[in-house]
Amino acid sequence: MERAPSAAPGTPPSGGGGLRDDYVTGAALALAGILIAWQSWHYPMGSLAEPGPGYLPFALGIALGVFGALIVAAGGRSPAFRWERFGDGLKALAILAGLAFAALALERLGYRITIAVLLFYYLGVLERRPWITVLVLMMVVSLGSHYLFARLLRVPLPIGVFGF
Amino acid sequence: MLETLGSLATGFEIALQPQFLAYAFAGCVIGTLVGMLPGLGPLAGISLLLPGTFGLSPTAALIMLAGVYYGAMYGGSTTSILMRIPGEAASVMTCIDGYAMTQKGRGGAALAVAAIGSFVAGTLSVVGLMLLAPPLAEFAIRFGPAEYTSLLVVGLIVLAYMSGSSMPKMLAMAALGLLCGMIGMDVMTGYARFTGDVIALRDGLGIVPVAVGLFGISEIILSAAKAREVSVRQPKLRELVPTGAELKASVGPIARGSVLGFLIGIIPGSAHIISSFVSYGIERRLSKTPERFGKGAVEGVAGPESANNAAASGAFVPMLALGVPSGPIPAVMLAAIMIHGVIPGPLLIAERPEIFWGFIASMYVGNVVLLLLNLPLVGIFIQVLRIPYRYLYPLILTLCVIGVYAVGQSVVDIWIMIAMGFLGYGMRKLGYEPAPLVLGMVIAPQLELSFRQALALSGGSYSIFVARPVSAALLALALVLLALSVRTALTRRADWRQRLGLEERA
Repeated sequence: MERAPSAAPGTPPSGGGGLRDDYVTGAALALAGILIAWQSWHYPMGSLAEPGPGYLPFALGIALGVFGALIVAAGGRSPAFRWERFGDGLKALAILAGLAFAALALERLGYRITIAVLLFYYLGVLERRPWITVLVLMMVVSLGSHYLFARLLRVPLPIGVFGF
Repeated sequence: MLETLGSLATGFEIALQPQFLAYAFAGCVIGTLVGMLPGLGPLAGISLLLPGTFGLSPTAALIMLAGVYYGAMYGGSTTSILMRIPGEAASVMTCIDGYAMTQKGRGGAALAVAAIGSFVAGTLSVVGLMLLAPPLAEFAIRFGPAEYTSLLVVGLIVLAYMSGSSMPKMLAMAALGLLCGMIGMDVMTGYARFTGDVIALRDGLGIVPVAVGLFGISEIILSAAKAREVSVRQPKLRELVPTGAELKASVGPIARGSVLGFLIGIIPGSAHIISSFVSYGIERRLSKTPERFGKGAVEGVAGPESANNAAASGAFVPMLALGVPSGPIPAVMLAAIMIHGVIPGPLLIAERPEIFWGFIASMYVGNVVLLLLNLPLVGIFIQVLRIPYRYLYPLILTLCVIGVYAVGQSVVDIWIMIAMGFLGYGMRKLGYEPAPLVLGMVIAPQLELSFRQALALSGGSYSIFVARPVSAALLALALVLLALSVRTALTRRADWRQRLGLEERA
């Protein structure tokens, strides 16, 4: 699904003060806007009539800051901010960690080993599937996809220090 | 008109060549699968397939990717109706009445109505695209940098306005997207911005890692965390035949959905999603028995499914006629043909007619393929859903790594994908939409270039943006939309977007 569940209408305002979603996200966006504007200020700005490379990023940074502030200002009706909502965050991070491994290993270990290890991690370690299934999938997917992409579709895939 | 038919005939000569038929077929099959699998929407599907099209001609690439796009619209309806799982976001509305029909034993008929509606809408809107795009392109040939600047700005604001979500949030995402698009070398001076010391960033962020991360990875990590096994119910072939009453009730919604979807498709935004929401809202309002909606009303399937397919074609109008993407999906498709050295813009239809007309003809062909593919073979397709998600998501993630790496042969792209996946995860949790971010990122270089070119033309005077009538009209439209949003925000009144059911209820 591309559409995120919106925080806006229909959510019962849980009353009272306290930290709310839009306070946190709005403040973060505003801060990001200020940092970007500050960074852009160090690029050649040009003039109003002849904008340089820093001009639009600076303007957009300011705009982002303003939008962030507006989000905070209108954020009183957004849901209360709760860390529990990120209860699946550990699993999410564990899944992303696998991808980070792939990014580190792909050009060092080569395509086939990286994909095999990646699948071992997801299927064997995270999902605890039967080891024989894991083993078969590791082999079939890493070699099969290599054949499909490198041979049939002629997509160049990286070769690692082991020469394959 | 005769000229159009002549060009269309040429297009069919191209599209009916065995190789292009094969690409259209492959695209439709992949698209149907992509639409059915949760975690892979049309955008992530198209992005991932992009490297596989590098070896093809631009026409073949476009035909195949378009097949994926509207194939996904079909596929998404199947899982919505049979299992109440929207394979992709445009099918959310179909879940409501489609699944209710399944519970009543009319799931097969719902599938048939969805397929027929999609077919009719898809075909009608290709006619619209065919008739509208060439004159629009001719008109747009006179556009200068000022017009393009205003057009792109309006595009972003319309996208923000149409979403029905909070305007500041949408604009913040658009601004963030524009800033992401400015990473790398400045289009006019070559000055490197926001690159740190990473040389690979000098070329800017690629659309593929960003799209796959925001739309694919984030969805996968959300679904994987709450993975559950689903029971697959296979409809029998004879159940597929709708009753006369069901067909009669569907005619109006299909016709309205086709027109509405096509028109919404032209407007920037996540058209295929929005159009299905609007269509559902309209059908419920027009119905004499609105209480049946939600309990298996066939109109609630026919309307949205027709609308989202029509919108998929409508979205190609600005893309092919102006070279301006109206949403993230056309943006990726534009990137696909640009890789082949084709320059999108108003001259595309005149200079590369074989691409435009071959593509149009292939869409007719694709719609037939999808109708044949989806009705009799639906039983085979849904077997894919028997694969438990805990096996499926590692495979999809593997595909993401290959796809993203293959585009630029760069590990940096995988890092960008991871970062965007993380960002997308947070955005979904906290009620932000990724669509304006991606669109902003894609149009940023074009927007900045035309903005600065326009100022160079006018000798630094900003009056050029209001002195030229088309540009002034577009900017006025943007201001009106902004004013309307401010009014809604201030009065906290339910405006037409809520009344039409555009507010998200997914």
